[in-house]
Amino acid sequence: MEEMKDVILEYVIQEYLEDEDEEITYDTPLISGGIVDSFSMVSLKRFLENKYNISIPDDKATPEAFDTVNKIVVLIKQFIN
Amino acid sequence: MSNIGSYDERIKNFDWSIAEKELGYNNGNVLNIGWYCSDRICQLGKADKMALLWEDSTGREKRYTYNDIRLASNTIGTFLKDLGIGNEDRVCLFMDKIPELYLGFVGILKIGAIAQPLFSAFGDESLYVRLHDARTSAIITQRKHVGKVRKIIDKMPYLKHIIVVDHDGRKPLKEREIAFSLEEAEPVEHLEIFPTTAESASVLHYTSGTTGQPKGVKHVHYSLIAQYLSTRWVLDLQEDDIYWCTADPGWVTGTSYGIIGPWSVGATQCVQDAGFSAEAWYRFIEKRKVTVWYSAPTAIRSLMKAGEDLVRKFDLSSLRHLASVGEPLNAEAVVWSERVFGHPFLDTYWQTETGSIMLTNFPGMKIKPGSMGKPFPGIKATVVDAKTYEPITEPGRVGLIAFRPGWPSMMRAYWNNEATYQGKFKNGWYLSGDRSSIDRDGYFWFTGRDDDVINTGGHLVSPFEVESALLEHEAVAESAVVAKPDEVNMEVVKAFVALKPGFEPDADLELRIMNFIRKKLSPLAMPQEIEYVDSLPKTRSGKIMRRLLHAKEWGEEVGDTSTLEDDE
Repeated sequence: MEEMKDVILEYVIQEYLEDEDEEITYDTPLISGGIVDSFSMVSLKRFLENKYNISIPDDKATPEAFDTVNKIVVLIKQFIN
Repeated sequence: MSNIGSYDERIKNFDWSIAEKELGYNNGNVLNIGWYCSDRICQLGKADKMALLWEDSTGREKRYTYNDIRLASNTIGTFLKDLGIGNEDRVCLFMDKIPELYLGFVGILKIGAIAQPLFSAFGDESLYVRLHDARTSAIITQRKHVGKVRKIIDKMPYLKHIIVVDHDGRKPLKEREIAFSLEEAEPVEHLEIFPTTAESASVLHYTSGTTGQPKGVKHVHYSLIAQYLSTRWVLDLQEDDIYWCTADPGWVTGTSYGIIGPWSVGATQCVQDAGFSAEAWYRFIEKRKVTVWYSAPTAIRSLMKAGEDLVRKFDLSSLRHLASVGEPLNAEAVVWSERVFGHPFLDTYWQTETGSIMLTNFPGMKIKPGSMGKPFPGIKATVVDAKTYEPITEPGRVGLIAFRPGWPSMMRAYWNNEATYQGKFKNGWYLSGDRSSIDRDGYFWFTGRDDDVINTGGHLVSPFEVESALLEHEAVAESAVVAKPDEVNMEVVKAFVALKPGFEPDADLELRIMNFIRKKLSPLAMPQEIEYVDSLPKTRSGKIMRRLLHAKEWGEEVGDTSTLEDDE
């Protein structure tokens, strides 16, 4: 669980965080906070699907479900056997 | 009672002098949008009226009266003048939706320089192409975006100043970078307004076409006349309204109706600098008691997806007038908004090049859901035959949307691109590049674009620009980019890619290519889907047949492929 959180957080920092001085946590709002926009969310979804070998239905990939690393982990766990 | 009153009465004997009189402008006088949006409102006795209510995603807020706007724009303008920025110098605004973006825009115009707003999510390549074309003198930006400027600065000797508005001193600035803090600067009471006149350049917005690099659309200060009047008559802004334009000033809606329109009429507007979330949006409307809301179909469809139960959790009774822009607003969204909010979103149609609303559904007018409405008074609009450019008189027949040149906010040039500019005019008409029909009652009905430009979430993306960037990826041998239908964004970018030998067409590579484009160009331009192909369909001379790929994506008849194999 911790590892999954860390992997996703690290990916978000590496790929989407423009302000290198900004510190984000597992609960930092990503979508509503403007760190990941709705278009970029598609690439984050693709990363998660590739990484965890899952398929997230579009109707589950909502801005709310992707809004923090913790929420993403909850979402992903629904699709991992 | 709406500001426009009766549309039918307004179009009789209409003259733009209505706006000139209301603004106290006489032909030949000094006309400066920056002054009209700040000093003039103060002179009308509204110095203490709230002009901007701003907040970010954490709820941090800032408030500015019209006097604050006047002083802040004076201060920024003076800072720029002291750097040597002057008349017609291009000054880029490259920021999130923070107050300095709005106030800087006004300050730039006040000193006679040209404001060049660019979407802050642009990657370094998109930024470079636009700064290079405009030979921009200065860029005002935030610490978080400086890295993108640093990547390209060596290629831009003409870019003399990189102004960082939130430098905190933790890391040193580099050559040509200078810190500016609006909060720490001494407010400047008096700034001599540069005596711009009607045809002086004001704003340079970049827009994408099918081929070639993005085009710099040059507007002039006289655009105010149409932006002011359409804000009054279409957005219907009145004295006590709280207005929310959700557009980013990196795009034309965010300047024409996110700065110039509301501030030239002396309205109170609010801005939320945050990403999209249906809940956050409703909360914002409730908290700010928004009365007039100008948004976009993509956002409206996202709100529809979030469901009606969410709407009921908030008190949205302050809303009285809703409008939409960016792409055609589907009939379902109009009907839904009327049911859920008690008011329909009224579709408005215009472009970066037109500068102000051209076709629209007016307050009080009979709404036909799915229609773009009727021409703004003073706008002569029609649809023309694609070959003869003659107006089509038969109701329901599709043609190219065209406008008779001469309205106040019409673009005056494509920057450094006279040939393309002239190509937009045929047979005495400005051609929009969009197709539509007109019904018996004079309502326009959008049917699609007349070129390969992709309209995603209300923003235009050039397939050429994405294809060019794709070719810079180490794995890509050739590519073709087309629009793919999308429930929320209307269209999204899809790329067909043939790989170089040695690269495997797998999901990880697809993600790497997507991220490559996202960072290089922008999230909007990132292909939402990549389809690997062995080769691309081409004409005999080797031109990629995007039309064939587009037809397949949209489930359209491809037609006679032997014809398609010929050069067009």
